[in-house]
Amino acid sequence: MKKQIIYSLKSPYRENLDVIGFTFGSGEKSACIVGSTRGNEVQQMYICSQVVHALKKLERQGEITEGRSIMVVPCINYYSMNIGKRFWTMDNTDINRMFPGYEFGETTQRIADGVFRQVQGFKFGIQLASFYQSGDFLPHVKMMKTEFSQPEKMLEFGLPYALTRKPRPYDTTTLNYNWQIWETQAFSVYSYGTETVDEKASQVSVDAILRFLSAEGIVRANVKPGYVSRIIEENTMQQVHTEHGGIFKTLVKIGDTVYEGQVLGEVYNPLDGEKICEVKADKCGTVFFIYNKPLIMQNSVAYKIVDF
Amino acid sequence: MIQTVAENELSVNEKLKIRKNTYQNGKGKRISIVTGTHGDELEGQFAVWLVGDYIKKNIGCLNGTVDIYPALNPLGIDSITRGIPGFDLDMNRVFPGFSEGTMAECVCNAIVEDIKGSEVCVDIHASNIYLRELPQIRISRDTAESLVPLAKMMNIDFVWVHESATVLRSTLAHSLNSIGTKTLVVELGVGMRINKDLGYQLLNGIINLLYELGMWSEKPDFEVRQPIVSFDGAVGFVNSDASGVFVSDVEFGSEVEKGDVIGRVLNPLTAESEPVKAVCSGLLFTLREYPVVYGGSLIARILSREEEN
Ligand SMILES: [Zn+2]
Repeated sequence: MKKQIIYSLKSPYRENLDVIGFTFGSGEKSACIVGSTRGNEVQQMYICSQVVHALKKLERQGEITEGRSIMVVPCINYYSMNIGKRFWTMDNTDINRMFPGYEFGETTQRIADGVFRQVQGFKFGIQLASFYQSGDFLPHVKMMKTEFSQPEKMLEFGLPYALTRKPRPYDTTTLNYNWQIWETQAFSVYSYGTETVDEKASQVSVDAILRFLSAEGIVRANVKPGYVSRIIEENTMQQVHTEHGGIFKTLVKIGDTVYEGQVLGEVYNPLDGEKICEVKADKCGTVFFIYNKPLIMQNSVAYKIVDF
Repeated sequence: MIQTVAENELSVNEKLKIRKNTYQNGKGKRISIVTGTHGDELEGQFAVWLVGDYIKKNIGCLNGTVDIYPALNPLGIDSITRGIPGFDLDMNRVFPGFSEGTMAECVCNAIVEDIKGSEVCVDIHASNIYLRELPQIRISRDTAESLVPLAKMMNIDFVWVHESATVLRSTLAHSLNSIGTKTLVVELGVGMRINKDLGYQLLNGIINLLYELGMWSEKPDFEVRQPIVSFDGAVGFVNSDASGVFVSDVEFGSEVEKGDVIGRVLNPLTAESEPVKAVCSGLLFTLREYPVVYGGSLIARILSREEEN
């Protein structure tokens, strides 16, 4: 294992922001794994640290395939992590909306540029991503649908679900999208949890990554078999919105099978406790996403249901 | 007449409401003036107050309808939040929205539907808290032909025609322009502050626009500024390479020569400093306002004197 500073930035008063990369094996740039780009993605950093741990062990045992190399970058924006902010310390910009970056641009464009130079050129790119909506969801892997992408490769992770996403304008500045543009097959692995460390969920992601690296012949790891996943287009998922705002209570759990018309949750008046409305499924399927805060607004996505 | 354009229940005993005021006299065209998409940009608040006040006092001169939307992001303005509070979401990346979508998507969709059909829409932004800007209108290249003539009526200092970036396809201006509602994006001043002079300058611009569109009977008695129109190639960017505390040594809005020291980045711990130099000769139309800088922080933008394209 080689530990390197892949990008460094000076700040007015803090120690340098030194982005660390760990390299295993040598030769062909086979896979690059990137953890948190935002200050609240603690789980994503943690998963990467566990991947580093596992790869160290595999390297000691000689189980990294000859002529293949893997790089892991567990955390880009630890400056924000250390002060409890999600986005960039100074101007609140999102590094994961700055790719491919610009060498002579603004600070976060420079960070994105510096990091992207190091993480590009790999055959596969895996980003540990967090959800922008607050909620619990089933573990899954996602791929941006571009001319270059090969969605079948997602099955090698063995996670319960594999989603494809048609890029929207604001996706075009993410790491995942730009990896694809520069011909790296890029995947986002979503784990339960962001600001908390969930050991069990973390293990699911670590196993999925090792399973993928093994399937591609990059490492030889002993991982228990995964799920036979299905590829689903993200926008075909049923989104169930709330008709009113208030206190939200769910009656179902993540992964539950639900039928058409089933009451999934309820919204209560936060001041007098009266029930205001029920949240019902439009069709049957499996509960993929559940909003997880007590307060909810009207027109919020309370559930996402996937066709089995 | 005050109307609610969009509303959405919040969690506890409150509705988010986007409101507009309609001033109408005669059967002429309609224009829309919107501001407050970014909750930390306040220059537009004074400008639209002036416009409303002026129209009320001179309603007989109006022939048509002026819709004023002072706060597209009311929760943001009320809490000094740039995006929509609680969403970490820049509202100007959600347009044109979606009527069956989330709260932000529904609201953005209702706003677009309401403004749609206006002869012209003026979307007033201030700069952020980091930079000070001369009054300017920004136009993407593919809409330049129809928008530059309108921009010239607006009494601003210059018009910046820029390349269209994919990520900007989710702005209000792009959404409206792509459905045929001509929309001008005004940028001026600095975030979280109001510069009264800029408000008056914009008031004159809007009254002149109304006059030119045949919606105002009285010819303005002031001279309308003729803006410099320039393309991306004519704009020089000065980013800091050092980190520290920036102090400027030149006056905002002045002419600088290539190589001039615009200011210095100070290190108060070591008492050392790094000069920041002009990358080209021309008009200093953007200047750093917030002193603390990292490597990469934008210090200035200069409108080059040499004609480039
Ligand atoms: Zn703005």
